[in-house]
Amino acid sequence: MPFVPHTEDEVREMLATIGVDSVEDLFAEITPDMRPKSFDLPEGLSEMEVLSKLEGLAAKNAINSVSFLGAGFYDHYIPAAVDALTMRGEFYTAYTPYQPEASQGTLQAIFEYQTAVTRLLGMECANASVYDGGTALYEALMMAVRKTKRRKIVVSEALNPIYRVMLGSYTSNLDVEFVTVPHKDGMTDIEGLKAALDDSIAAVLVQNPNFFGSINDFTELFAAAKAVKAVSVVSAYPVLQALLKTPGAMGADVAVAEGQSLGLPLSFGGPYLGIMTCTKPMVRQMPGRIVGRTTDTEGRTGYVLTLQAREQHIRRQKATSNICSNQSLCALRALVHLCALGELGLKRAARVSVERAHICAEKLTAVPGVSLLTKGAFGNEFAVTLPVNAFEVIAKLTERGYVPGFPLGRYFEGLENGLLVACTEKTSEEQIGIFAEMLRGALK
Amino acid sequence: MIPEDLLYAKTHEWVMVEGDIATVGITQFAQEQLGDLTFVELPEVGDTFEAGAEMGSVESVKAASEIYAPVSGEVIEVNAELEDAPEKVNEEPYGAGWMLKFRIKGDPEGLLDAEGYAAVVESEAH
Repeated sequence: MPFVPHTEDEVREMLATIGVDSVEDLFAEITPDMRPKSFDLPEGLSEMEVLSKLEGLAAKNAINSVSFLGAGFYDHYIPAAVDALTMRGEFYTAYTPYQPEASQGTLQAIFEYQTAVTRLLGMECANASVYDGGTALYEALMMAVRKTKRRKIVVSEALNPIYRVMLGSYTSNLDVEFVTVPHKDGMTDIEGLKAALDDSIAAVLVQNPNFFGSINDFTELFAAAKAVKAVSVVSAYPVLQALLKTPGAMGADVAVAEGQSLGLPLSFGGPYLGIMTCTKPMVRQMPGRIVGRTTDTEGRTGYVLTLQAREQHIRRQKATSNICSNQSLCALRALVHLCALGELGLKRAARVSVERAHICAEKLTAVPGVSLLTKGAFGNEFAVTLPVNAFEVIAKLTERGYVPGFPLGRYFEGLENGLLVACTEKTSEEQIGIFAEMLRGALK
Repeated sequence: MIPEDLLYAKTHEWVMVEGDIATVGITQFAQEQLGDLTFVELPEVGDTFEAGAEMGSVESVKAASEIYAPVSGEVIEVNAELEDAPEKVNEEPYGAGWMLKFRIKGDPEGLLDAEGYAAVVESEAH
């Protein structure tokens, strides 16, 4: 079906059928004072003018900065194959085509993506994705609320504060209560989280590595949650999952992740990819689309949407969620990225990122007055305490083309001097050296 | 087609009362309407319900619908076999496809006999 605007003739025909003379008459119901005075849009421009205008705007972006900014979103290398393959026109549609009789390729790609992220996180099931990591986390807590019929959520303060703000706004009109367990000097307070668990708790929400970069094993915490029939939810960083104990191995019921680090550019904040995985007993609470593999009447393999009774087109007001779409193109990029790197390649990217971060931490803490804030093992991100407010240092260095990291003071009172620093395989040792020297200069 | 020795709820559950124990399932008509069942979600032993309250759901390949408690009381047994073999409800809705047993509180009210239920089916089938 072609999506083309109506011709003059078609408009006339439709108006005649309705029985009015003009489009203006059609909207006669809406009085002039109820209508917008103007949309305040400039006049149209030629292609050449538009291009030059947009190029001018684009040139204002600081795209050549060296960035140590992470906080949940990381600038990993994206193999050329990802762009080359996912730029194919077949993948670009106004919506995701799910009809099995017409869209086996799309469905198989989603199925392969689900398989990849399920393996990466050590879980049993995955959906076709949701908008982003924060949405995935919110949907995970709603899975727990439905499953347990409880309303209280225990959440670690060491969970990404951006996500905690999102959870607050998503649930602002819902009967859900958060019990936030404070971080302990940047550590996830596992004992505190355990102490907050009882039979009124729907879910416990943690992050690995946590916002400050600390790596945790939540096995004991998740066992304690199971003992009171609460659902264990972990938000994970997919690249590091190649090296770390997986959510599945820790006994998580639901594992979610921001998939941006798998083949998606930072791109000023989106579009990103919400990865959702869970154990089999939780799958009927999973929102959104799930693709399954089956056989047709002639025994041939085919891919179809499965477990659709959870969804709103069947369940209506009883649906698990109002999500009926997914980030198909972003999910496809993640799949191609994972396939291009392979298990070994992803491990290598993760390992190099971690090594660079450790070199960086060593170099930065050699600067007088700078100390490591992150305790225990960390991956490719860590926090340092500066002798001055982090915003000052960020302003000074950003001007010179080095973005030093994320100011912890933006979300954590008392950590105004805290700076969160991330490295990836793209961070060179030379850049780390320059960064340390710049910091030394800025603090003089 | 509609067993004479059972009682029925308008919402298509059947009830077999023996003393203060009621065995409950869904009717032949209900399973036909749903088609092949893929999942039966039942409450847990010890849960209590008032007659008419939602107590679980059944999912088929094309639909999902709620099941309601036809009597008031406490769940004392659940047919665990349905977890792995929901098709038993399609095969034998009045036999192996039973869903749960209640210890009844008070006298069952507002249930229909086979004839009354046949009239409900008749009106819904048209």
